[in-house]
Amino acid sequence: MADKSSSNAYWKANVSMIRVFLVIWFIASFGMGILFRPMLKGIEIGGTDLGFWFAQQGSILVFLVLIFTYAARMNKLDREHGVDE
Amino acid sequence: MDQFTLNLLVVGATFALYIGIAIWARAGSTAEFYAAGRGVNPVMNGMATGADWMSAASFISMAGIISFGGYDTSAYLMGWTGGYVLLAMLLAPYLRKFGKFTVPEFIGDRFYSSSARMVAVVCLIVASITYVIGQMTGVGVAFSRFLEVDVATGLYIGAAIVFLYAVLGGMKGITYTQVAQYVVLIIAYTIPAVFISLQLTGNPIPGLGLFSDATSTGQPLLTTLEGMLKDLGFKTYTEQHDTTLNMFLFTVSLMIGTAGLPHVIVRFFTVPKVADARSSAGWALVFIALLYLTAPAVGAMARMNLISTVYPNGTTEAPIAYDARPDWVANWEKTGLLKFEDKNGDGLINYTASEDENELTVNRDIMVLANPEIANLPGWVIALIAAGGLAAALSTAAGLLMAISSAVSHDLIKGQLNPNISEKGELLAARIAMAVAIAVATYLGLNPPGFAAQTVALAFGLAAASIFPALMMGIFSKRINNVGAVAGMVAGLVVTIIYIFLHKGWFFIAGTASFSDADPLLLSIKSTSFGAIGALVNFAVAFAVSSATKEPPVEVQELVESIRIPRGAGSATGH
Repeated sequence: MADKSSSNAYWKANVSMIRVFLVIWFIASFGMGILFRPMLKGIEIGGTDLGFWFAQQGSILVFLVLIFTYAARMNKLDREHGVDE
Repeated sequence: MDQFTLNLLVVGATFALYIGIAIWARAGSTAEFYAAGRGVNPVMNGMATGADWMSAASFISMAGIISFGGYDTSAYLMGWTGGYVLLAMLLAPYLRKFGKFTVPEFIGDRFYSSSARMVAVVCLIVASITYVIGQMTGVGVAFSRFLEVDVATGLYIGAAIVFLYAVLGGMKGITYTQVAQYVVLIIAYTIPAVFISLQLTGNPIPGLGLFSDATSTGQPLLTTLEGMLKDLGFKTYTEQHDTTLNMFLFTVSLMIGTAGLPHVIVRFFTVPKVADARSSAGWALVFIALLYLTAPAVGAMARMNLISTVYPNGTTEAPIAYDARPDWVANWEKTGLLKFEDKNGDGLINYTASEDENELTVNRDIMVLANPEIANLPGWVIALIAAGGLAAALSTAAGLLMAISSAVSHDLIKGQLNPNISEKGELLAARIAMAVAIAVATYLGLNPPGFAAQTVALAFGLAAASIFPALMMGIFSKRINNVGAVAGMVAGLVVTIIYIFLHKGWFFIAGTASFSDADPLLLSIKSTSFGAIGALVNFAVAFAVSSATKEPPVEVQELVESIRIPRGAGSATGH
């Protein structure tokens, strides 16, 4: 069993990783798909613009990459801190 | 062979498959009934979660709503997928480590209070019943079409089948059945979409076809669609008509609702290890994304095909005569979900945006099921989509009924009212709870508060406002205490449900609403988006109340520390 200070460090590392991933998650969906869409009007894709593409396709693809990257990085972090199963 | 017989054959064959699997894997002990003995591998679990997740709302209803709503409805796509990122990072691994069977059990233990557990049971039941109402709407649409009866009869038949099906097997039966259902539903969804994308754009991948050139005009598909809509006076497809505020809140609400819905969360209790809970969420999203990346293409293409059917010589020419209408229009007329009224008496189907002149009413929930017929695809494809729609509705309804019945029998009766209940008594209580839930949902499903996906969106708002914040604070904060959590959940649920009832009628009974979503009570916030505000209220109240009251006892703080660390998860216990 890992001791207390090492598990605190593990949790801190996890939380800061989550923070970074959530920023990307936010930008890919709420950002590109909704809030920044007016600014992306100039970038045309198949009869519409990049914001539309992000809202209906791009965001989902980004979500997929995010989850698998997070899972892989956490597996590494688990091992580094000796808390894996 | 006529279409009706073909539908019966294909739907019958898939049903025989599911029931066969359910009997083969019939649940023995209570542990198996709830959580399938935890032996499910992440890819299989992901696929089963996909089937569980993709309900009548995703399969039957969503593309139809996108078809008429265009860009504004993107919240469904982002919301119902983005929630998995939250699940994978914020909830699933820790709840797996905690290692109990139900969501209320976690809330009860973490907030060391049986009232917290009871409040969680209430939140869970309210959200799940609302969700089942949406499923029943979808089940009614699917059964009415393929049995060629009116929509109410379809609903009664569907409800009976859902009940038999859910009672027959427990979670274990459901896990393997759901893998089969996923396969049926994804094939059923993508095959017609691929055909249609090839017809319209020459690109076999619908998600790419959506942004390709239409073969008919040489212009991009979306530009072509916009041209048709403009000729008929409809609002544009790719532009934003909703307010940014409402779109934003609606997406938030669907995302955190996804992460707060009990029937999805319990899926992650059934994987062997904490690391598997994270990757399971990823696999679930892979299988969900296959449908969600296709849905926007289905929506736009179905709208285009619908217009081309009514205006075979182009939108600037005269529409088709009612007597010359294709078979699919006649078939759907039988269900009452598609109606023609010859207002100007010219015998033509005038389809326009103007309410006084428009003669064709199309229920949005029929778009996906009618899509292959509209595109003149072969009979077996049409039969397949009926089977897929039913698979989607059945699997989710069954998963939700499991969540409701385990909340009642395990959390309420065994955990609170009668701890000495026998295993047999507990299973009986679970089944009675299922029957009651189906009866209520069927009754309310006859006059649903919206299209299937909209009703389901309300359920997400309720889960977002009540369960998600409690779970997240329970894991990420050691300071939130019993009083804070209970106050937060109650406040979040109550404000959200009142806002919904004010707009959709009290207890969804028609005619009792004081506001409409066209002109909502607060700013431009529709009832489907209010879950985000409810969640905010929940967080704020829980923090305020907790900081004014005593901090949680040491053993609870130790519990929180232990669920944050994967090591030592072991297998789950029932108590």
